Amino acid sequence: MVGAILLAFTGITVALSYVHFGTQKANIAVAMLVATLKAGLVAAIFMHLAAEKRLIYRILIFTGFFVLGLFWLTFLAWYDYPIFHR
Amino acid sequence: MEIPYTVSNRPDTGLWNAKIGIWLFLASEVMLFGGLFSAYIFLRIDAPPGMWPHGLLNVPVGTMNTAILIMSSVTVVLAWASLKMRRYRAYWWYMLATITCGVIFLTVKLAYEWPQKFDHFGAYIKTEALGKYEQYLGNEYAAEKGLPPRLEITGHLHNRAAQKDPNIKEYEVALDPLNADPTNPAMDRPHFWPRPATEKIATIEKEDVQYATMFLPRHSAYFASYFTITGLHGLHVLGGVLVFIYMWLPVSKRLYQQNPEHLANRVEVGGLFWHFVDLVWIFVFPLFYLL
Repeated sequence: MVGAILLAFTGITVALSYVHFGTQKANIAVAMLVATLKAGLVAAIFMHLAAEKRLIYRILIFTGFFVLGLFWLTFLAWYDYPIFHR
Repeated sequence: MEIPYTVSNRPDTGLWNAKIGIWLFLASEVMLFGGLFSAYIFLRIDAPPGMWPHGLLNVPVGTMNTAILIMSSVTVVLAWASLKMRRYRAYWWYMLATITCGVIFLTVKLAYEWPQKFDHFGAYIKTEALGKYEQYLGNEYAAEKGLPPRLEITGHLHNRAAQKDPNIKEYEVALDPLNADPTNPAMDRPHFWPRPATEKIATIEKEDVQYATMFLPRHSAYFASYFTITGLHGLHVLGGVLVFIYMWLPVSKRLYQQNPEHLANRVEVGGLFWHFVDLVWIFVFPLFYLL
């Protein structure tokens, strides 16, 4: 059931990539949104995170914090590049 | 010595040990792939106009591989559920299906997708020589339509010796459809079905070429990140397949007869890893194949 939804979403991702949403950025945003939805389904259902012990949620919150930190560093590094000030 | 808490919950954590172990491991995996994805973002944003290629990968094959991974995630859940219901026969078949999916995924990647790239040629033209190859690049047309500049001519290299032999002064390339017909509006955007190189041959003089290579990691930041991330992902698939083979072999049937819940827990942990590998692919596929 979840598998069928995921397969359908894969089809949607492929189809949407051939639709032009105005800018490349918009296309990336749409595709990442669908991918995040799929990843959420995999995590919640297949990895049964929908109902898990509290300790595991704590580990994940901890991880999430560091991942956000990691991408935040990437974001900060942009300021070293003059082309992004345009 | 008996390994503690393989089935029963440890009082202070409320979980059996392997479950915490795998989640801690997956947390470290998130950081590993997170670092590579942030490198991807950085390289992509930093790429000058025309230097981030599009539509070079085989989308139908990538879609098929995505579907195969998703189906294997379903079968591994079914395998685990079968063990929970103590149906070893069903477990055995679902596990076999999972292993087969993993092997097909790897075979497609290593025996088809990658070698096809290794066999494809691209030559970046020097800025001052771009006009000379306008008939293959169509930059005036691209500028008119607001498309990124085209700096590279791609296709099938006919005189392979030209790569190493300094006495050969030019590359003979059977052009990809875009370079064969650059002002055709049908070539503005990538196609779902990949089109093979045409019969049309272009001669590109080496002295006009900035940089020429097969589609290897050194071709561009795009292919470097593509091969790094899909390569590491492929190693994860391989690891998962090996673990599943062990859980599927007769050794594990012995464990099942002694302590079926222990085997079920092992499969659950292996499955968690497998779903994570699937989850990574869910992001890899659109980022490299589609966008």
